[in-house]
Amino acid sequence: MGNKQTTFTDEQLEAYQDCTFFTRKEILRLHGRYRELAPHLVPLDYTNNPDIKVPLTLIITMPELKENPFRDRIVETFSEDGQGNLSFNDFVDMFSALCETSPRELKTIYAFKIYDFNRDNFICKEDMEKTLNKLTKGELTPEEVTLVCDKAIEEADLDGDNKLSFADFENMISKAPDFLSNFHIRI
Amino acid sequence: MQVRPEKRERGKRRRAKNDQEAKGRERDEEEQTKIKSAKTTKTRKKEKSRKTEEEEGEGESEERNTKRKKKHGSAKKEEKEEDGGKRTVKEKAQDVKKKKHKKVVETSSEQETSEESSEDNEEEDNEEKEVRPESLSPEELEKLKEAVDERKKLIQGLRGKPWPMKKKLVTLRESQEFVEKYEGALGKGKGRKLYAYKVMMTKKWMKFQRDFENFKTACIPWEMKIKEIESHFGSSVASYFIFLRWMYGINMILFGLTFGLVMVPEALMGRPYGSIPRKTVPRAEEASAMDFAVLWDWGGYAQYSVLFYGYYNSQRAIGWLKFRMPLSYFLVGVGTVAYSYMVVIRTMARNANESGVGDDNSFNFSWKMFTSWDYLIGNPETADNKFASITTSFKEAILEEQESRKDDNIHLTRFLRVLANFLVLCCLAGSGYLIYFVVRRSQKFALDGLENHTWWERNEVNMVMSLLGMFCPMLFDVISTLENYHPRVALQWQLGRIFALFLGNLYTFIIALMDEINLKREEEKIIKFNITMWEASLYNSTVSENSTAPPVTIHPADVPRGPCWETMVGQEFVRLIISDTMTTYITLLIGDFLRAVLVRFLNYCWCWDLEAGFPSYSEFDVSGNVLGLIFNQGMIWMGAFYAPCLPALNVLRLHVSMYLQCWAVMCCNVPQERVFKASGSNNFYMAMLLVILFLSTLPAIYTIVTIPPSFDCGPFSGKKRMFDVIHETLESDFPAWFSKVFSYASNPGLVLPFILLMVLAIYYLQSTSKSYKEANVELKKKLQTQNEENKKKNKRAALKAQMDLEEARKAASQAAEQQNNNASLQEEETDGEENHGSNQRLHHSKNGRNPPPAAGEQECHPPATRAPVPRTYHHGNHGAPGYLPGFSRQSEPRMYRVPSLQRH
Repeated sequence: MGNKQTTFTDEQLEAYQDCTFFTRKEILRLHGRYRELAPHLVPLDYTNNPDIKVPLTLIITMPELKENPFRDRIVETFSEDGQGNLSFNDFVDMFSALCETSPRELKTIYAFKIYDFNRDNFICKEDMEKTLNKLTKGELTPEEVTLVCDKAIEEADLDGDNKLSFADFENMISKAPDFLSNFHIRI
Repeated sequence: MQVRPEKRERGKRRRAKNDQEAKGRERDEEEQTKIKSAKTTKTRKKEKSRKTEEEEGEGESEERNTKRKKKHGSAKKEEKEEDGGKRTVKEKAQDVKKKKHKKVVETSSEQETSEESSEDNEEEDNEEKEVRPESLSPEELEKLKEAVDERKKLIQGLRGKPWPMKKKLVTLRESQEFVEKYEGALGKGKGRKLYAYKVMMTKKWMKFQRDFENFKTACIPWEMKIKEIESHFGSSVASYFIFLRWMYGINMILFGLTFGLVMVPEALMGRPYGSIPRKTVPRAEEASAMDFAVLWDWGGYAQYSVLFYGYYNSQRAIGWLKFRMPLSYFLVGVGTVAYSYMVVIRTMARNANESGVGDDNSFNFSWKMFTSWDYLIGNPETADNKFASITTSFKEAILEEQESRKDDNIHLTRFLRVLANFLVLCCLAGSGYLIYFVVRRSQKFALDGLENHTWWERNEVNMVMSLLGMFCPMLFDVISTLENYHPRVALQWQLGRIFALFLGNLYTFIIALMDEINLKREEEKIIKFNITMWEASLYNSTVSENSTAPPVTIHPADVPRGPCWETMVGQEFVRLIISDTMTTYITLLIGDFLRAVLVRFLNYCWCWDLEAGFPSYSEFDVSGNVLGLIFNQGMIWMGAFYAPCLPALNVLRLHVSMYLQCWAVMCCNVPQERVFKASGSNNFYMAMLLVILFLSTLPAIYTIVTIPPSFDCGPFSGKKRMFDVIHETLESDFPAWFSKVFSYASNPGLVLPFILLMVLAIYYLQSTSKSYKEANVELKKKLQTQNEENKKKNKRAALKAQMDLEEARKAASQAAEQQNNNASLQEEETDGEENHGSNQRLHHSKNGRNPPPAAGEQECHPPATRAPVPRTYHHGNHGAPGYLPGFSRQSEPRMYRVPSLQRH
């Protein structure tokens, strides 16, 4: 690598390539992006795995996430502490799960987690209302929101418990034509 | 790694070994306690339990470092073992291996008991220096092998696992270590060299593959550009650019084929320019052959070059390589078409796999809710538009749901729609006739001689076609406002109409061209006759004058020649492409750029708001652009046989388009207000491309098969048909038996049964797919009925529970009254006991038949994210697809649908 300072060892890069859908170059670019968020916090040298976390408020300023109504949930879902503080590992993990090549199953799992606002392993009406309000910026009247939620549950809830379990969600999303094309972030 | 000094290595290894031992013990202890405490854990797969253990040990960077060192060490060890190196090293390695192995065997047993593990623990301490791989029994070896294969699979599938990265990394490292060590053991001893070699080769192969993959992604161009567009305009606009890039890739390959196998060999090894008549500019055109106007029309020197069919010589083999030029030309033509078909169909199949079968409308609302946000959007304006469009789509859906809207004036709408279609048909017919008329007129001009006419008259055909292609879609757009369709339907109609227009234009053009070909062939016949006369006279004159004189050498430019219709066709297509490209670019510059500039700068001094009002900025027209691209490609496919330069031209065009359109879209377009994707997936466009491919190869194949080639130009001159090349090659280049076999194989007796077989196979496949579909529908019905049943059941249960509750409450209140009475009296204790009992009953009934939501709430485990990891975390990761990995099993109490194997 000449006089350039190494960010990762070859082994680290190989390991990341084994664990994600990224190539070597993309991982380095990701590190660049990660470092951009907090230059004073994140070191260039990552060979000894420093334990550094970037807070949620910084992460969601990324242009990729800035406009996303679910940005907080995405970051929280992928953070190890559940609070939205991302280490570099979490950061890579997030974009790997959301990248174009990751399989539908993986995306489904994470989509479920993202839409499960209260983290009770079910998407209940409350979650749906939140989703809907974020999606429409609260432009629907409460009656409309309830109607849509009822309809959605009626459609997708197979076991009749008035909320979506993961199986329901998976069944519903596996047939969605736009899910794969819409649920990805290019980094 | 190998360069490192060995001493250091050994030291490290020793350290690593110690670490490992310590860690192993620690782990076992942990395991013990764990098993004792939680007997419910079911260890189907050993990795699972291993992983849980590993999690405890992870985290400290120190340990990680030592582990990394260890990895180095083990890799080194393996190498040494293969070389038959030092004994001590080997022994150490074996110890570690054995331990690992032991562990795996132990953990893989279904129901492990604490005694076993403790026993093992002691054993491990004792058997420090006893075990050797040779002493392993075959069964153990088998097990070992299985374990390692499983590890390898795990490593490969690791990226698809929904685990946090830390865990993935640790698992990866452990598995890799394990695999390396174990493979070393297998690679030892006699007869296992092959295995070691195989392992080494697979390792190298994997490394190569990864490097290649990295290289490949590095080669994909315009990634960042497309990303930028995606974040500004969302995925629908970006899909156009991705499509453009894909097209560019295909054209690159087509270009490589024609350039490498046809143009370059002819230019390098064929006869040079000016050696034979077909390779020289005729005397009459010589004066103007270098004029720009002529070259711009692809006449003059351009016409007599490798760019066109006519230049190629019919010499069977050229150069010292004995390159079979005509054969190569023919095969490249066929290969181009075959390759295109293959690519398009393969892509279609892949797309069909990826996009689920989302044609039914049963999940309307849930899909809207969970899949409508485009995660790619990164631009505030686009995001606002998206929010608005999602809101409207919800409102529309609600309206539709509440009442199937009735059109009060159905007759008017119907009438308007019929009228609109009539108008469109008129437009189509008119444009068809216009093109036919223009082509006929241009033939007249051509007979007169092109020099006498103006630029417009010479380029009339192409210009008219381009202009029609430009203005008719706008007209259709206006007409479609009459129809009052839902925007999605309207878009489909619009696409269908533009498609019909382009197709009609192209086919009229081809039909007119066919007329011209026939004319040329008439002309050719006359010229051929004249030439024989001319040759005869030449011969006669030389003979009659003096028989001793050497044969007259005539300069090739002076030899009379036929019109060569193939080159003419090629030229027409090249001109068409050029003019098409030009109009596209010019409309882009005027329609988008100029408009944007005017709107932007005149807005300061205008009566109304130009940006928000009438002209405003233009939107990017995805469907129109895609259609344009598709038709352009169709023309390439059609003309590529007669003008080998077409793919090259197209590559150039696409390249420029990419930059120009990227720039234009970023600087002068605004995000779409209403985003409607055409039919959901790219397969709609792909299907169009396939249709175009078929329709454009049809005329090309027709001309190749039915029309005899020109007698004095092109690689097939002198043959009756172009495909005679194959016969010729078979007869002269292959042994006799081969051509015999070929002729047998191609006789109808064999071909017909073969075709029959294929038809039968297609029929069979189709019927099976139909039955699958039916089964699917059946299953769906079953699911629905079950769903309803469940709902009913739940409702009943809920009602019952409510009634029970009510009763209990009543009882409680009664009891309370009683108690009050009793308390006031303070006489009997038995009553108090009863009361207690009833209270208990109340609790009991609550727990016994509680409604489902309560059950869910009760059993739910805190956060869904990873933070606090329950012990059972890993057991759900494999097997049953219905479970969300990472969720504990107990959190899904009533899943009758999904067979949960692991629970029993």
